[in-house]
Amino acid sequence: MLKQKYDVIVIGAGPAGLAAAIEAKKTGAQDVLVIERAQELGGILQQCIHNGFGLQIFKKDLPGPAYAQRFIDELAGLHVDTLLDAMAINVTSERHVYATSRWSGFVEMDTRALVLAMGCRERTRAQIALPGTRPAGVYTAGTAQRFVNIEGFMPGKRFVILGSGDIGMIMARRLTFEGAKVERVLEIMPFLTGLTRNYVQCLLDYDIPLQLHHTVKRIIGNDRVEAIESVQIDEQRQPIPGTEETIPCDTLLLSVGLIPENELSRKAGVSLDPVTGGPFVDEKMQTSVPGIFAAGNVVHVYDLVDWVTQAGLLCGRNAAQYAITERKNHGRQVKMKAGDNVRYVVPHVLDKESLAESAQRLQMRVTLPIEEPVWVEVMNGEERVTRKAELYVRPGEMVNIDIPQSAYDAVQRASELSVRVVRR
Amino acid sequence: MTQEHKKLICITCPRGCALDVTMEGEAVIKIEGNSCKRGVDYAMGELKDPRRIVTTTARVRGGVHPLVPVYTESPIPKPRIFDLLAEIRKIELKAPVKFGDVVIENALGTGVNVLASRNIPAKSEAS
Repeated sequence: MLKQKYDVIVIGAGPAGLAAAIEAKKTGAQDVLVIERAQELGGILQQCIHNGFGLQIFKKDLPGPAYAQRFIDELAGLHVDTLLDAMAINVTSERHVYATSRWSGFVEMDTRALVLAMGCRERTRAQIALPGTRPAGVYTAGTAQRFVNIEGFMPGKRFVILGSGDIGMIMARRLTFEGAKVERVLEIMPFLTGLTRNYVQCLLDYDIPLQLHHTVKRIIGNDRVEAIESVQIDEQRQPIPGTEETIPCDTLLLSVGLIPENELSRKAGVSLDPVTGGPFVDEKMQTSVPGIFAAGNVVHVYDLVDWVTQAGLLCGRNAAQYAITERKNHGRQVKMKAGDNVRYVVPHVLDKESLAESAQRLQMRVTLPIEEPVWVEVMNGEERVTRKAELYVRPGEMVNIDIPQSAYDAVQRASELSVRVVRR
Repeated sequence: MTQEHKKLICITCPRGCALDVTMEGEAVIKIEGNSCKRGVDYAMGELKDPRRIVTTTARVRGGVHPLVPVYTESPIPKPRIFDLLAEIRKIELKAPVKFGDVVIENALGTGVNVLASRNIPAKSEAS
């Protein structure tokens, strides 16, 4: 059952979101909810079946799903609510969250602290403006990875991969394992954009050729990719005429970068850094909107999941602390109400602890004049907290009364105080 | 005897140190460029008996997904990788599969077990 109000809601159950939820709960947040788009926890780690995860945190070389499983198991023991197969469709700067799923229908919740952990998204063909026809057989490397590693089918037989990012190189090896031929990896930059170890263990090990300073000039094929035309690039990133080569293939994979996914952040009014594409954050991973935190690839794109986990832990701890402070402040504040013959009272709310420091002055105006001696009384229901005598009151003359420090205990018992002006 | 230099890139961690190995025939004289001890172990292994951790998928019947990711619990000899993949392709597991389940014991007689990388609950369990 979902609750109306949470201490911490986390959007996204990848490595950042899982770490944030776990740490928020351990820090003392009472109710924690994780909202996840997929049908299971773990995020993109579930399709990253290769090893190399956890060397920093666990001192172990784990496959992605094994790394995720550790956090999924830990979360399961912590009584954290999860809403899977669900879309968070809007969040406000006041931390009101709207989500929808087949199982829950449309739901709305409030949260004292919100953690944005939506991760990132792959650049697509449209974002790099690849010329040529638009046949079937052009995929992002991550999409192909999901097909091969989770859903169990091959998107093609002969591949060209554009981009030497880690996902592209890892997919080159993976497709080779599954019997495909990877004809070429092309990289527009003069250097490798992924990790060197992946060049060794994914490309060199299987004799997959890498060409730096090369890109796809156009895609050839009508219904299905039939070939791509590659071209060499000069130092000014201009194609060098005469270096074109037609490489027959049936599938082109794009591994051309990742972009933080911040549609929800924008809706919440969070300011984004144009350089990273993610929210501006402080050392607590708090965004420009108080109570809204962010961690992981939604902030900036990481190359190691271990660091994402650490960002998630930091973020979860601070989100929980924010929520705990909010809750404590909520109980600490007493509302000031206008009682008999009082129009309004300023301040409207009072921190109960302020009396530990000094007496607190209330200011007000009366509704009607009383031209004889009166009491100005501060009441907690029928209990009188303090009072002051005046010879008369008039709407044109502001009335003051101090709540003395000696009233500290009486004020602690109140959730609301009213001020009234009555005849003596 | 003449000395020979071999260039390797350590793949033990994401740092990827460029190693320069000085050889005299079969004998390793010097290893340079490593940032930690693991670089030495990697270079010695890579020259004498190159090994890799292998990760792939195995078929599962009745699970929430048709596949379970699997991995070798330690590196296996590089020349045996495709034999192992063929071996794994032959099997079909039954859901539920648990993280750490032994999928193949002592694969190809290498002494290395193939383990499941995650839980695959049975389809009815998950709904």
